[in-house]
Amino acid sequence: MDANLARSSHEGTEGLLVLPLTHVEGSEGPRALSEGLRRLPGVLEVHVNGARKEVHLRYTRGAVTPSELAKAAERLGYPVGRAALRARIEGMHCASCVGRIEEALRAVPGVLEASVNPATKVASVAYVPGTADFAAIRAAVESTGYQTAHPLEQPPAPDQETAAHQREYKTLMAKFWFAAAVSLPTLLVAYPNVPFLYAPYLFANPVAEGVVWWLWALSGVVTLPVMFYSGGQFFAGAWAALRHRSADMNTLIALGTSAAWVYSTVALIFPRLFPQGTAEPFYDVTAVVTALVVLGQALEVRAKGQASQAIKKLIGLQAKTARVLRQGGELEIPVEEVEAGDTVVVRPGEKIPVDGVLIEGRSAVDESMVTGESLPVDKSPGDEVIGATVNTTGAFKFRATKVGKDTALAQIVKMVQDAMGSKAPIARMVDVVSSVFVPVVMILSILTFLAWFNFGPSPALAFAVVTAVTVLIIACPCAVGMAVPMSLVAGLGKAAENGVLIRNGQALQYAAQLKTVVLDKTGTITKGKPELTDAVPAPGFDEPTLVRLAASADRPSEHPLAQAIVKGAQARGLEPAEPSAFSAVPGHGVEATVAGRRVLVGNRKLMEREGIETYGLQGAVERLQGEGKTAMYVAADGQAAGVVAVADTLKEDSLEAIRALQKMGLEVVMLTGDNQRTARSIARQVGIETVLAEVLPEDKANQVHALKAQMGKGQKVGMVGDGINDAPALVEADVGFAIGTGTDVAIEAAAVTLMSGSLRGVAFAIEVSKATMSNARQSLFGAFVYNVLGIPVAAGVLFPFFGLLLSPILAGAAMAISSVTVVANANRLRFFKARSFTRAS
Amino acid sequence: MTLLVNLIGLALIALIVWYFFLYRKEGVQVTEAGGVQEINITVKGGYDPDTVVVKRGKPVRLHFTRLESALCSEVVVFDKLGQSARLPEGQSVALEFTPAEAGEIPFQCQMGMLRGKVVVT
Repeated sequence: MDANLARSSHEGTEGLLVLPLTHVEGSEGPRALSEGLRRLPGVLEVHVNGARKEVHLRYTRGAVTPSELAKAAERLGYPVGRAALRARIEGMHCASCVGRIEEALRAVPGVLEASVNPATKVASVAYVPGTADFAAIRAAVESTGYQTAHPLEQPPAPDQETAAHQREYKTLMAKFWFAAAVSLPTLLVAYPNVPFLYAPYLFANPVAEGVVWWLWALSGVVTLPVMFYSGGQFFAGAWAALRHRSADMNTLIALGTSAAWVYSTVALIFPRLFPQGTAEPFYDVTAVVTALVVLGQALEVRAKGQASQAIKKLIGLQAKTARVLRQGGELEIPVEEVEAGDTVVVRPGEKIPVDGVLIEGRSAVDESMVTGESLPVDKSPGDEVIGATVNTTGAFKFRATKVGKDTALAQIVKMVQDAMGSKAPIARMVDVVSSVFVPVVMILSILTFLAWFNFGPSPALAFAVVTAVTVLIIACPCAVGMAVPMSLVAGLGKAAENGVLIRNGQALQYAAQLKTVVLDKTGTITKGKPELTDAVPAPGFDEPTLVRLAASADRPSEHPLAQAIVKGAQARGLEPAEPSAFSAVPGHGVEATVAGRRVLVGNRKLMEREGIETYGLQGAVERLQGEGKTAMYVAADGQAAGVVAVADTLKEDSLEAIRALQKMGLEVVMLTGDNQRTARSIARQVGIETVLAEVLPEDKANQVHALKAQMGKGQKVGMVGDGINDAPALVEADVGFAIGTGTDVAIEAAAVTLMSGSLRGVAFAIEVSKATMSNARQSLFGAFVYNVLGIPVAAGVLFPFFGLLLSPILAGAAMAISSVTVVANANRLRFFKARSFTRAS
Repeated sequence: MTLLVNLIGLALIALIVWYFFLYRKEGVQVTEAGGVQEINITVKGGYDPDTVVVKRGKPVRLHFTRLESALCSEVVVFDKLGQSARLPEGQSVALEFTPAEAGEIPFQCQMGMLRGKVVVT
């Protein structure tokens, strides 16, 4: 039937579509699908291929579209495998070409949906991978006379964002220089008590009233463009916010600077309206405050870019091209066009373009940029390789398994970006404050005005206006609102650089509050694989002989303990011999003939059965078992040769990491399903006192729950384990740390993913979280104190006692500095170094 | 004169309290097309519209278009959903979710100065 379908696809009005399905279940399912599809108008023939998970459709073009067919399949409960890409269309100017390009794209076999956004000149295409590809899409675009270069990456490229920030910085700096240039002469007009700089003295000394008046009037005129060019965004922002019944920093600055200008102008033109001596213009405030606040914003933009540098670095790691085997040869293609299943060639020193599995050759790969692990990792066929990591000296080929947005790097970037957009619980409290902050400041400003107007010394009106304006200008909602998010961005980025992925702000805050850390034993503290640890020879044998005998006898066995002995021997440089005869004795051990000798490896029962005297080894066996190891007797030609022991061994840095955790004041608990003796032995080696052993897998979450119940307020429990077996416990814990496994980045159950398998990541995550939270608190505290002290001082509470009044210009400077300080403080996190141990990166 | 100034001041305070705190605005009902409740939201000094009303159980797609360069509104955060989106200037960015139960889903800029909400009925 397939052949028929293929032929008919060229008949013009009839179309052929092959939809890949993500799952096809049961024998009943496909029938429901094919019947459901057959009922659609325009569908001529349906064939579901369950084995290949495909549905083949023949349909009448025009009566039904591929997109509708795909949607119909999905409605019937069969999700269709689809891919999406976005491509920029070059040279598109008119909106009318949109329709033509869309039509051409939709005509490409395998394209389900296509739309072109005339504003951004970007085509978004949903297509069936395998049927359509970027080349076909490009050809379709070119058939309409336009060009398209590369598919656009999602997320937006870093340079694009950097460019936007650059532009913003440049605009703000231009605005600042203009405001500053106007500020200088207006300042010279404003201060008669600085005689040698007082501008009117240029004309006459003593000055005539008229000269001063005209100079003020000139100041007023040149200040106008400062307000509307340099400070334009304040007015636009204030107006937009006002329409939404909200108010922000823009509102305050716009109100403050315009109030100063309006008052000055009225005072200048109609001095009689005011009581004697109060008609004092102060245009200098408008110009200087605008200049300062704009400068503050510019510095903020610059500093913000630095704070999110970590993520730019991550995106920048992506390789640009890949060398794949296609059409019988090596072909260098853009990395976006690599498909899952492609064979990719990597030469020495090259970047690995996408995720995959090594199929030929071997090498060591530097994965530090993704996992934080500083030593190159050996790779041989069957091992996973991670995109964006760097090959060292060997050459190899690998099969691409994850491309585009599925690669570990893309997932990391997405996860970090999502986390940066999330909120720490502490920020929620701040939100309540910032939502009422500005209106409250406006009310305070009016109250200040009234207080000075009613009770202030003469000239009351002038004092009232100046203090009211100062209150508006000194208040800095930005510093309050920005404190936590800025620190979060910097801290999450720092963590990601070191292979620690923190899912969101809450996880980060809780990680900083951890009191107890529960560690799973197998695979977390230990390697999770048995290793040969001891060999105790009996009298008359030496250690190498013993190990070689045991390994040779065990060589044909597939038992993990036997394999551990073989590997152990190889690691000691003892190549095991091939036994001439071999048999496994179930429940006892193995029996083999090695170089003419009859060798037995197994438990005591095997030795008893064979009548071998093992009394002399009893002490050694008991000691080894006491250490939680599995001891096995070895006998040769009816005589005991010794004991070999196998155990799950510690990861190299577990001890160091657990020490670091304990030094931070955390209680470390070990949780395992293993027996008490083995558990205690491991715990002793790493210095853990609290051990919860013989816990069934399904009870692990309950144990974590019980620990949580013992915690006080603000004390959290963390759980470290692998993302699969320990998932329920990871979810139950306040912070679940999953030990990463190569390319599996987004471990759902975990709040924190450790890309390197090392426990050191836990200590690092906690330290960086603590540093981030304390950084956020500093900024937040600083911002609160600044506002709580600054606003009353601006209102003049110190005046009755000390005769002190804050100049609005100083208020503007203080405001600009306070918001820049918050960003600068967050930037300090970039230089964070874990104290518990130094990394060699 | 003094009395007048005081009265104006107090009136202004009352106006601020009413305008920013007391006034309750009505939301924009989102229409459904092709099984998805879709609406465009413009971001410029605020979210326009800033209160949208949707039905629960049906997917909601909000298209945000940021028409300003101020950094404040660069990210929109749906804290309750654990979702957020970066909004490059001039580009439409879609955010999708399916509300399961009735209630309010607030959204805001990262600093909490701009706010909006999705009312689920």
